Amino acid sequence: MTAVEQILLIAGMTLVTFSIRYPILVLVGRLNLPPSVFQTLRYVPVAVLTAIIAPIMLMPENSLDLHPTNAYLVGGLGAIFIAAWKKKLLLTITVGMAFFFAWRLITGS
Amino acid sequence: MFNHINRTLWAEFAAGVRDTIPLLLGAAPFGVIFGALAITSGVNWWAAQGMSLFVFAGSSQFIAVGLIDQGVGLLLIVLTTLIVNLRHALYSMSLGPYLKNLPQRWLLPLGFWLTDETYAVTIRRFTSIEPSPHKHWYMLGSSVAMYTNWQLCTLIGILIGSQVEDAKTWGLDFAMVVTFIGIVVPMIRSYPMLISALSAAISALLLNGIPNHLGLFAASVIGIGAGAISERWNSQRQPVAEEIAP
Repeated sequence: MTAVEQILLIAGMTLVTFSIRYPILVLVGRLNLPPSVFQTLRYVPVAVLTAIIAPIMLMPENSLDLHPTNAYLVGGLGAIFIAAWKKKLLLTITVGMAFFFAWRLITGS
Repeated sequence: MFNHINRTLWAEFAAGVRDTIPLLLGAAPFGVIFGALAITSGVNWWAAQGMSLFVFAGSSQFIAVGLIDQGVGLLLIVLTTLIVNLRHALYSMSLGPYLKNLPQRWLLPLGFWLTDETYAVTIRRFTSIEPSPHKHWYMLGSSVAMYTNWQLCTLIGILIGSQVEDAKTWGLDFAMVVTFIGIVVPMIRSYPMLISALSAAISALLLNGIPNHLGLFAASVIGIGAGAISERWNSQRQPVAEEIAP
């Protein structure tokens, strides 16, 4: 790729990415949307963040891995348990990470 | 008085930085690998850093470098970037109502800096019951932390990339998983929320093979729809329990 092509590529990627992020952010605040829209939007964090982590936990190598040697799954389940029980973010992170690395060490995965 | 307000602003900013630290850890290896991969794919060092500076969207930067390596043309890469980053539209829709009273000088940078990680910690702050008129400072703190971290990691990747290419196997990406779990699980306080999470998870697994994160976007929309629809059914049978308060 030539230097000019690389500059054009960055410009194009910047433009499309910014056009997804910024205009909607402004418009949603300006428009008078019906309450049902905001009711629906309350599901965005739970749905999107779960959709991001589910494949990492259950398909770390891109195919379903339910074996106990899958530290992403075991560590993730441990973190879900802590989060549901204590509802503390920092505790979930530290215990979850410690559990994950300990499990990798024990199972040699 | 002025000093007091300033202190509250910086406290929000600092809290945003602090809560993002685990996610910086998770993003770091990807920043380094991106820098390294870009160089080995024949991208100039300034273009690799430029992509991080101006595009600032990890997954699409990765995919772009992969496509450059395969000799794919400019327009197709830009189009792919659009598809990969579609989920940011959901983040903007979700955060927009909380930011509507801010001037453009705030909305422009906050919009530009919107990432998965900053969205995750910030929506948690915006939906928390603790009242504060300065929650956008929290978002600014998280954004600046993510941006600075991504630039530094890209630079490290450009400079010493080939020596740390196995960083992917270190397991630091698990930091993102536990953080998102710690944010999502306490939000599940009703059956519709649980249905939303489960349908998003199952769809994401089933659609994982679809390229360019289109499966992720589809699974998100399915999860949002399933939650909203089941809430409507639920409220027709019985008055819905308010779930804003913990």
